[in-house]
This record gives sequence, structure tokens and C-alpha cells, in this order.
Amino acid sequence: MVLPVWWRKRIPRYRFVGALCKDCGRIHYPPRNACPYCGSRNLELVPLPRRGVLESYSIVYSVPGDNRLNAPLPIGLIRLENGVRVVAELTDVVPEKLENGIEVEAVIRRIGEDGETGTILYGVKFRPALGRK
Amino acid sequence: MANSENKQVINAGIVGWGAYIPMYRLPTREIARVWGWPEHQYKALNVSHKSVDGPDEDSTTMGYEAAYNALLRSGIDPKMIGAVFFGSESKVYAVKPSATLIAEMIGATPDTMASDLEFACRAGSEGLKASLGLVSSGMVKYALAIGSDTSQAEPGDVLEFTASSGAAAFIVGPRSESAAIVEDTYTYVTDTPDFWRRAEKPYPRHGEGFTGEPAYFTHIIGAVKGLFEKTGLRPEDFDYAIFHQPNGKFPLKVAQRLGFPKEKVLPGLVTPYIGNTYNASALLGLARVLDQAKPGQRILLAPFGSGAGSDAYSIVVTDLVEERQDKAPKVDDYLARSYEIDYALYAKFRRIYVMLPRG
Repeated sequence: MVLPVWWRKRIPRYRFVGALCKDCGRIHYPPRNACPYCGSRNLELVPLPRRGVLESYSIVYSVPGDNRLNAPLPIGLIRLENGVRVVAELTDVVPEKLENGIEVEAVIRRIGEDGETGTILYGVKFRPALGRK
Repeated sequence: MANSENKQVINAGIVGWGAYIPMYRLPTREIARVWGWPEHQYKALNVSHKSVDGPDEDSTTMGYEAAYNALLRSGIDPKMIGAVFFGSESKVYAVKPSATLIAEMIGATPDTMASDLEFACRAGSEGLKASLGLVSSGMVKYALAIGSDTSQAEPGDVLEFTASSGAAAFIVGPRSESAAIVEDTYTYVTDTPDFWRRAEKPYPRHGEGFTGEPAYFTHIIGAVKGLFEKTGLRPEDFDYAIFHQPNGKFPLKVAQRLGFPKEKVLPGLVTPYIGNTYNASALLGLARVLDQAKPGQRILLAPFGSGAGSDAYSIVVTDLVEERQDKAPKVDDYLARSYEIDYALYAKFRRIYVMLPRG
């Protein structure tokens, strides 16, 4: 049953909010209970920039059952405008046209379902930015 | 004509507007190829392609992006939104509001109303009219009206040529902050069996001969003529005319019958490029006109929904429009972002392959 976990994490996933560690000054996403860099629990939620650059990616061709409609599924390493790096699914891409260095932007998409009769899960993915150079 | 609507000053207008169109396009010739339709059957519709939602999109994600763009243009704090209306006939849940999902995503919760509305393709417009009432009465400062659909059509049915996906959203707020003020409205509804979908059925049905004359034309003409009578306005007073767009020919035909030249209709006519986005259909046309309108211009808007009804609005663009036009992606940015797919990919994205489990 994923319901309680997903519900608790909905705000960072809906609004693309990360956590700023007030002790070491680093930001991570998605927010955890403790800073992954220094272990501090002195964290503050901060909105993240929605644009960034695709630094690297990998394409999953053999996608497990309940996500198979999204195959082929590209996963990207994105450096946001504030320097923070996030790993996220890419969407609205033509795999053969993907290349490192393109500008991408955060969007909200379906990222899963709790079975056929359960709730639908929404969260952040990245797509090639509209109007990018 | 009996008039149930009071003549009054509407102290509200459109503070921000936003659009969303998915990038996938299915050519109508590809649908004809698969089902064997003759060329004349689909060419008369004046629709070259239809927009198709990707496998991770739905009416909620599309409505969210349109709302986000409307917020960018408005520049307001989402916490100030006192009502969120979501009009759709492709809600992702039968029971559970999409309006609360989008309200939460944009940061308008918890101090807000949130309602899903249903009136075939006109629910988004009902949200817009209800928003104008709430803001004008002073009950809320801002309201958000969204029309969004991943329209359903049974494979092989003539509806499949046009049923497409898209969303439009409007932040309604005080007249003094509006990029376009709404001068007046008029609504015309009857019980007409032109198009319906029974509970728990995946695809709608339509009453063939009922869809044109007794439904689309009667209701739009009834609403627009009601607005003319109420306001004294005439076609020559308007710079743009936007009608519901079930295909590319009906809006031009109804315009002609009401006395509007084609040139006033074309700027707000998006269906020839993307098909009928149902609840976003006429509202995407309004968004596209606002993307390019000049201060002082007057817009006629007449969405339509089966079952059946139409709202006519007279909208006047203000000096604030130009500073907001470039604050978010325009309808033309989304029209330009297109990737053509074949029927096989369309069937995959729309989960038409029955052997695949949903999810």
C-alpha cells in the first residue's frame, strides 16, 4: 500500500521542492529526513529552479509491466540553474534525438498507479524546454 | 427573447491565461488509412491532425500546466485563489476531484473552493462564468477556471478523426487588474440528445443528425443573439469571434450565419491543426487570441457543450494585455512543438491495445 507514503511526499513532488541543509548549505531532491551529504536534520524546504541542462542520460528499453507504456524510458541527470543535480525521468523526447547539453524543464506527469483501482501518482519529470535554443 | 440574466456591470475579468497542447500529432489521413474511410469523409472536416496525449499525460497534468501558465501571466500568489473549477469529460477518477489535485499542485490549498464540473464540452466555460460571478460579487478575490480533456472516441467512429487532447486555464480577478474585462454574458441551454456517454462506458455516442442543426447551431446562435439583444452589440463591434470547434468547418459556418467574416474567426481557430480538445476547444481559441490581441479590441467567445448549451461572452482587452503576453508559452509555441505519430503509437498511448494492462 503506497498511499500514506505518497501522500506525505506529495508537496515536494507536485511543486518541485527540495531540501536545503542549514548546516552544510547543500540542497537535495527529493527531500529526505536527513541531509545525504552531512547527516544533519536541520533542513528547510526550498523551491527549485524548473530549468536545467541535461548532463547525461540512459534509456531503459525493457521496462517493467506497470510502466511499460512509457517504454523506451529515458532517465536523465539534470543540472538545475542553481547547480543542484537531480535524477529524473525524461518525457516528450524522441530517443534518437536526445543529446547531452540540451535545456530541459520540469513538468508534472503521471509517474505511477497503485494498481488498476488505486490512486494515480503524479510527480516531476523533465522535458526538452519550450523555446530552447 | 425572454431574458433571465440581469443587465449588470461585471466587476471581474481575465487576469491571466494559459494553454497546454501535448506534442504528439496523429494525421487524420492515418485514421482514414486504418479504418478505410474515403477521403471526402474526413477532408470535409477541415482537420489535418489531432493532438494526442502522451502515455504519462492526462486531463489533470494538462490542466495543471495550463493553470501554471495562467498563474505566470497573472503574477498573483496562488494562495489568493479562492475557487478552482475543473471542467472535463475525461476526469481521471470517477469519484475524487481533479480540482483539489491541481489546487494542491499550484499551491492554492487549503483555503479555497475546488469543484469538478461536467457539461460535455462546456464545463470549462461554466467554470469561467461561475468564477466571474464569485469575483464580481466580492466572495473571492481570484478564481481559476480550467477546461481540460483527453477526449474519448470509439476506434473506427467518425469522432475519432477529431477527438484530441489539450487544456486552457484562466485566472479571473478584479476588473482593475484584468488583461481583458468581461462586459457581459448570456447562456442558452435545452435538453438535446446530440452526444452523451453513459456511466462506466468508455466511449461517447452521438445522435448523428442531432449534432449539427438542433445542437451546435441552435445553441450557439441562441446564446450569441441573446447577448446581442441584451447588450445592443452587433458583429461589426467585435474584432474577433471564437466559437466551439468540434471540427474546422462548423465555426466558420456559424460565424457566417451570425454575420461575422472569416477573418475575425481564423485567429482563434485551432481545431484544423490539433482537432477538438472538447473542454479546451473554444477556450484555447480565446487563449490564442489573447496571445496576440491589442488593447481596446473586443472578443466574442461562444463555447458549446452537448446536452446542450452555449455561453456567449463579450470581452474587451485592456492596456495590461501586452505586458502579460510573453510571460508564459503561447498557444503557437505549443502548436509548433509537434511530433507526428502513426496509428500504432496512438493506439499504444491511448491504451487501445486491450492486451496491455492499464497502469
